[in-house]
Order: sequence, then C-alpha cells, then structure tokens
Amino acid sequence: MPHDDHDHPHALLPPDPALRVKALETILTRKGLIDPAALDEIIDTYQNKIGPQNGACVVAKAWSDPAFKQALLADATQVVADLGFYGRQGEHIVVVENTPDQHNMVVCTLCSCYPWPLLGIPPGWYKSDAYRARAVREPRKVLAEFGVTLPPETAVRVWDSTAEIRYLVLPMRPEGSDGLDEGDQAALVTRDSMIGTGLPMVPS
Amino acid sequence: MTRVHDMGGRFGDGPVRPEAKDAPVFAEDWHGRALAVTLATGFLGQWNIDVSRHARERLSPKDYTRFSYYEKWISGLADLLVEKGVLTLDDLSGAGTEDPHPLAARVLKAGTVSGALAKGGPADRPSDVPIQFEVGQNVRTVKLAANRLVTGGHTRLPIYAAGANGRILRLHGTHVLPDSNAHGLGEAPEPLYAVAFAAFELWANPEHPNDEVVLDLWQSYLEPA
Repeated sequence: MPHDDHDHPHALLPPDPALRVKALETILTRKGLIDPAALDEIIDTYQNKIGPQNGACVVAKAWSDPAFKQALLADATQVVADLGFYGRQGEHIVVVENTPDQHNMVVCTLCSCYPWPLLGIPPGWYKSDAYRARAVREPRKVLAEFGVTLPPETAVRVWDSTAEIRYLVLPMRPEGSDGLDEGDQAALVTRDSMIGTGLPMVPS
Repeated sequence: MTRVHDMGGRFGDGPVRPEAKDAPVFAEDWHGRALAVTLATGFLGQWNIDVSRHARERLSPKDYTRFSYYEKWISGLADLLVEKGVLTLDDLSGAGTEDPHPLAARVLKAGTVSGALAKGGPADRPSDVPIQFEVGQNVRTVKLAANRLVTGGHTRLPIYAAGANGRILRLHGTHVLPDSNAHGLGEAPEPLYAVAFAAFELWANPEHPNDEVVLDLWQSYLEPA
C-alpha cells in the first residue's frame, strides 16, 4: 500500500508527473511556503535571461583579447563575475581551453552539474542516462553522435563535474572569423561548443 | 555497494540524442514548475545541496530508473519535505491542515528571486586540514567508492574511478565535504583537487591511448601512489 510507504512519501502524490508537481505546488502554496509569483520569476529567469549567450560573450572576448583570455584561464570565477556572470551553480568556474592537441568535454556522471550563470539550464541530453553513462568511457563515439570527429592526434579530456566546480570549454576560434567583431564572433559560439560536444560555427 | 545514480561507464543506455538549437529550455511546462518549486523550497533553509542530491539518489532504483529527470527532482523533494518535518504524510495525501506554517516567514518572494539566485552559495571554506598533495603528484583513489561516515551514504567518488591511479592536475582550495554535509555531520571542509586519470586506468578498452578523464576529488578520497 503506498500509504504505508514511509520511506517514499512521494508515492502519496499523483503518479502523473505534471499532476505531481501541481499537487505539491498547491500544498506548499496553501501553507505559505512558496509564492507562485516567485516560481514564475525563477522560470522567466532561466527561460529568458540566463542562457548560453552569456558563455558565448565570454568566449568571444577570450578570442579577441589575449590579456582577458590569460586572466580567464587563471581565475575564471572572478573574471566572469566582473562581466556580471555569477550566481547559483556558478560559484566556482574553471575554463578549459581546446587546442589542436587536446579537446575538452564536460559531463556530470552523478547528477547534472552545469555552469548555470554561463549556459543556463542544461539540455535534456546532458541530463540523460546515455550521456552520463557514456561520455566518460567512450567520448569519441558520443562526439560522433553530435557530428564531431576529432583528428587522431587530438587527445580527449573529459571533465566529470563531481564537486561544486563548474567547467566551461573555451573552443578554438573557427577559421575565417578573424575580421569579425566580438558580437559576430559570439554568434558563432554554440552552447554545445562550450560543453565540448560541438564545435563553433564557421562563418559563411 | 552500488548506488543507482552512479552510472558513469555503464553499458546499454543507447545513443545520446542531441536537441535542435531552438529547443525550448523546458520541454514541458511542468519541468519549469518542478525546477522552480525545488529552488524555492530550498530557500526555506531546511537543507543544503548535498542533502537534496542525496534525497534524489535515495529514490528506489526502480523509481530512479523509470522516472524522467524532473520526476526525480519532484519526488526527491516530496520525500525530503516529509523527512525534514516541513510537511506531513497527511499533507501529501491531501488530509493536512491549512494552518499557517511556522516556516512561512521565510518564503521566497518574487521580488527577491533575482537577488537570491545571483547570490549563489559558494562551497569553499577555510580549513585546518593540511594540504597533502601537490600538482603533478601521483595519487590513487581509495579502493571502495563509499561514504566512510554513513553506511550507504552520499559520496562523490564514482565507482568507475575507485582504486585508480591518477595525478593531481590542480588544487581547487578547501571545500565542504559532501559525505559529511549530506548527513548533518557538519561541513568538514578539506582540500579538493582536480585529478586526471588515463582512460586506460579506468576502462578495459579505451578509445584512444592519450585520452583522460578528470574528476574533482576530496583529499580523503585519495592516497599517495
């Protein structure tokens, strides 16, 4: 009987997930423990205000400003905070640089750790069992599923985010982007290129 | 010893399915609500991030496997609310009272959301634990990936990296130890390192001889090699 299941009280809520959330929200609201308007505000923040455009701005700046890049690789937390990117799930940031010799890729095998202030809420695949299970063991096969094939001389370094450090990949600047201003360069930086499962777009 | 969330290296999960560039942040409206309810109740101050992770990891393996991502969040949250005495079983089954809750004064209001999210919650703390390893030093992870303080408790050493030889890549400073903090045993901060492992240390058939996996590991997970 679910009502006797003291170890798993969630079984007392409706099984359908949308109804389960709604039921819990209703109970908490009635007791004054959550404010539905605050929930709307949280959703709006991560739907519309905080997203990969923040990380793209950091990457483009690193591409065009060597001193900034040096500071970023030395102490990213401070440098991105100075740009206004700090907060929940981004309290300790490390930026790792892709080179011809080394490609970086980020995963969280134990849950779904991700640099929220720079990239927003992680996409579904990042939180999937398949990505969590396989990225550490066969990163090249996973990359192939994203359409990325690395040259054999490039080593892959996979970062498993097991603590409160959040990693951002600094991808290599694509060929043909030299003459572009920072804004146009930022437009080439995809979310996946900052996780390491993709490469920046090449200017057309 | 195994715990269901600790899936790094596991076989059989099938392909990763990338999403379209314009895919919505929340695939369903209730995903956003689940995230928001979880964050908002966190601000009641009745638990920390390690406790909330542990709550999700303690879902039964059957539930953990069949639940989608945000179902795990909302179900772990419901369990935690009861465990911490914020809600009762009667509340969850709809038979609870509607009396004002003693924690209601702490409710997160819409006007304070942006400040609260921007403030974050750093995990670095001063520590008296001496730094034992230096960058470049060879280390080995403890043989068993398990919480030493609480049987079956929360830990952040994945099983795939237990008993493996690696080298210290960087020192992150001294950070709250999840194995302690998830169980009300204090923050117990100690040195935290990024440790690099050759893929061939971890996998029987690595894809490439030069590939590596890096994990962030607390000093008590490590021994000199």
